[in-house]
Amino acid sequence: MSSKERKNYRMILHEEMKKRYRTRIITDNLVTVFALVCVVAAIIPLGSILLEVIKNGASALSFEFLTAPQGSIGSGKGGIGPAIQGTIIVVGLASLIATPVGVLAGIYLSEFAGNGIFPTVVRFLNNILTGLPSIVIGIVGYVTIVLFLGSFSVWAGALSLSIIMMPIVVIVTEETLRIVPHSLREAGYALGISKAKITMNIVLTTAKSGVLTGIGLGIARIAGETAPLIMTILGTSLFFSGLEGPVDALPLRIWRLASQPYESAHAFGWGAALILILMVLGMNVGLRLLARKKGFTVRAEA
Amino acid sequence: MVCLVTFSVFRGSIQIFSYEGVIGFLTGTDWNAVEGRESFGALPYIVGTLASSAIAMVIGVPISLGIATFVSEMSPPRLAAPISFVIELLAAVPSIIYGLWALFVFRFWIRDLIEMPLYNAFHGSLPIFAKYPFGLDLFTAGIVLAIMIIPIISSICREVMRVVPNSQREAAYSLGATRWEAVRIAVFPYAKAGILGAAILGLGRAVGETILVTLVIGNVIGIAAIPTTLFSQSQTLSSLIANEFNEASSDLHLSALIGLGAVLLILTMIINIGARLLVRKMVKVPTGEKGRR
Amino acid sequence: MTVEEVMREEEAAVAGPIETTDRYKVVIKEINAWFGRKQALKNINLNIKDKSVTAFIGPSGCGKTTLIRCLNRMHEMTPNARVDGQVLVDGADIYDKSIDPVVVKRRVGMVFQKPNPFPTMSISDNVAAGLKLNGIKDKNLIAEVVEESLKGAALWEEVRTELEKPGMSLSGGQQQRLCIARALAMQPEVLLMDEPTSALDPLASSKIEELVRSLKEHVTIVIVTHNMQQAARVSDFTAFMYLGEMIEYGATSQIFKNPEKELTERYISGKFG
Repeated sequence: MSSKERKNYRMILHEEMKKRYRTRIITDNLVTVFALVCVVAAIIPLGSILLEVIKNGASALSFEFLTAPQGSIGSGKGGIGPAIQGTIIVVGLASLIATPVGVLAGIYLSEFAGNGIFPTVVRFLNNILTGLPSIVIGIVGYVTIVLFLGSFSVWAGALSLSIIMMPIVVIVTEETLRIVPHSLREAGYALGISKAKITMNIVLTTAKSGVLTGIGLGIARIAGETAPLIMTILGTSLFFSGLEGPVDALPLRIWRLASQPYESAHAFGWGAALILILMVLGMNVGLRLLARKKGFTVRAEA
Repeated sequence: MVCLVTFSVFRGSIQIFSYEGVIGFLTGTDWNAVEGRESFGALPYIVGTLASSAIAMVIGVPISLGIATFVSEMSPPRLAAPISFVIELLAAVPSIIYGLWALFVFRFWIRDLIEMPLYNAFHGSLPIFAKYPFGLDLFTAGIVLAIMIIPIISSICREVMRVVPNSQREAAYSLGATRWEAVRIAVFPYAKAGILGAAILGLGRAVGETILVTLVIGNVIGIAAIPTTLFSQSQTLSSLIANEFNEASSDLHLSALIGLGAVLLILTMIINIGARLLVRKMVKVPTGEKGRR
Repeated sequence: MTVEEVMREEEAAVAGPIETTDRYKVVIKEINAWFGRKQALKNINLNIKDKSVTAFIGPSGCGKTTLIRCLNRMHEMTPNARVDGQVLVDGADIYDKSIDPVVVKRRVGMVFQKPNPFPTMSISDNVAAGLKLNGIKDKNLIAEVVEESLKGAALWEEVRTELEKPGMSLSGGQQQRLCIARALAMQPEVLLMDEPTSALDPLASSKIEELVRSLKEHVTIVIVTHNMQQAARVSDFTAFMYLGEMIEYGATSQIFKNPEKELTERYISGKFG
């Protein structure tokens, strides 16, 4: 290859490149604008949702609204007391079931399981579980508990919600524990501490805030679930009457209120939505800010 | 757990499958719960589910990619953090809230700003626009589903794009790439598997979403639920379950609803497992190099 | 021409004040660069001769990589990074307001520390990537240039039968030569190499060095290296940098044999760095 040939290519190619240059710059600008428009388009709904929920919800708020049971249909009297109480009971019970099991499974996967066939299968199934529609999980609660006990019940709702929450806790726990540097564990081994103790005292303590954040996000997630509750706790306008009986929940109440033809019901729906969004977003914002301060990131899909 | 789920769903639906037959249930279009004339077919709702999810994907995926690209590649760092935060908040909003908002606010925007103009312009010429729109239809459901899955898809895509090593971007820049071209030839191909995974996750959510859909899709049953236009009322598997579960009149009706759940379960499993296999099959790229920021 | 004669000529080339800039391919004028508030380069002036190899040496953190990244406007792609000053290529300032950094990269190519072929592209697509990006559509022309570039990078014989294989299937040294071919395909006038052998084994490194010596026939090469022997082997001119400043610049033989500055001598003789 001679020097002349190379010069030749340079001229041909650079001439050709000059011709396309303008189109490329225009494309680049168009894409940038498109990306910016996408961002704006995504932010508009959040703005509008917050605005509407606050605007319509605030007027419904009162002490009676927060504590009293619902008045007769269409009357516009009463409140969503049972729904708030029910959400707290069902979600609380669900997290009591899901947290220990999820955290232990996460510890097992991260610290003891290695990469054999069994843990791989467990991880795979766990991932599948996160992808299952919540209404299908509601069917589980219905078939196993409602049919068995013969009544819609808190137990069924809590079981369904815990099935939704558990895989989230497993994933977050496993991933947080994995970030704990190996040198910390080795320091423990060097002191002759048993593996179980290292896991409990060193690894888990280091990863505590990460795991807690994961649990918190899991709780926020199930607090907003509606579909599985339809077929498990049914929803009622009465207060809690025992774990074997039906109970109400905020998302369920919003759904029922929104489906009614009365303006007053819709206003109640917005009020309930305000309470729910305050609970869920409040938890999210708080936990994420805390996580950011402590310097770890949280998986988006949790 | 998965076994428990599968077992209960199928135990609950045995009755309907033996009544209609598996094929009969999957391809039937009738939905009649009146005693003595029971007839249950899932086809319209399968179609409704796939159609609404497809609309959601067509709208949601490009927008999500746009957001992820902006946040990870284009915006100044000072802007990127708050935008990501807002997107994460959107991902945390419960779907019932989206539903409420869509029912009382957003559907009027859709109807007046998008559907009516399209109807006025094309109802004579294009059959998919040939129905007078009310705002409670397949199209609205698809768009609201898109709004719901955008935060999920875009935040995962952003994560995936952030771990693309800077050396890849620089390789593109050193060849005279513009910012967009660097994204196209260096970032997207490298992050391809992760982006696909994110999209599939979003699809799974859209297919399984219940409450939001029941509020905006119009809730028709039987053959009418097979949408003939973009602005037709429809019904999805999950929305029908939610709508009729508490009013189910007979064990057979209940079993039919659980049967829909079984179909939904299989559909999402196929999506999930298929996606994982697909992602695994795609080119493995070396990891461990440090990405941007 | 004997070696001594070549060296004398080279020494003549750098001696004396510069009257006109057009004798040099690249002229660096009062370049200052920052990362955030931290100043990485302090008032650098340097003239680089056409069709020569110039090496930047110095201890890590001395700014040699930053300087080379200023020569094709890559430095400013890093968030919070800033440059001030002029770099003239053939007398035209690449930092001029009217010049798009995208265009600069056509004329000034770059090879990086770690081989970074595009993992999803085949060997030939990797080489053609820049051409396609810049709007070259003619398939035959692309194929020709790909072959020439691979030959230029001394890789053609090894890969001619497997051009469609993924670029990542090659060994580390081959990948680096693939990256060189990818840069050459753009027909640059100046080729910047940022520690191109730091991730390679000695055998692969020596192949790259050999390549550098043969390439200067066509392009002006600037190479950053932390390996002094390498600088001595491949370069015609050497610039020694320390703490963001240009300490000494001259013909390689002079820098290595009798440097003017004590600092240079101490570095060359391995007393620090």
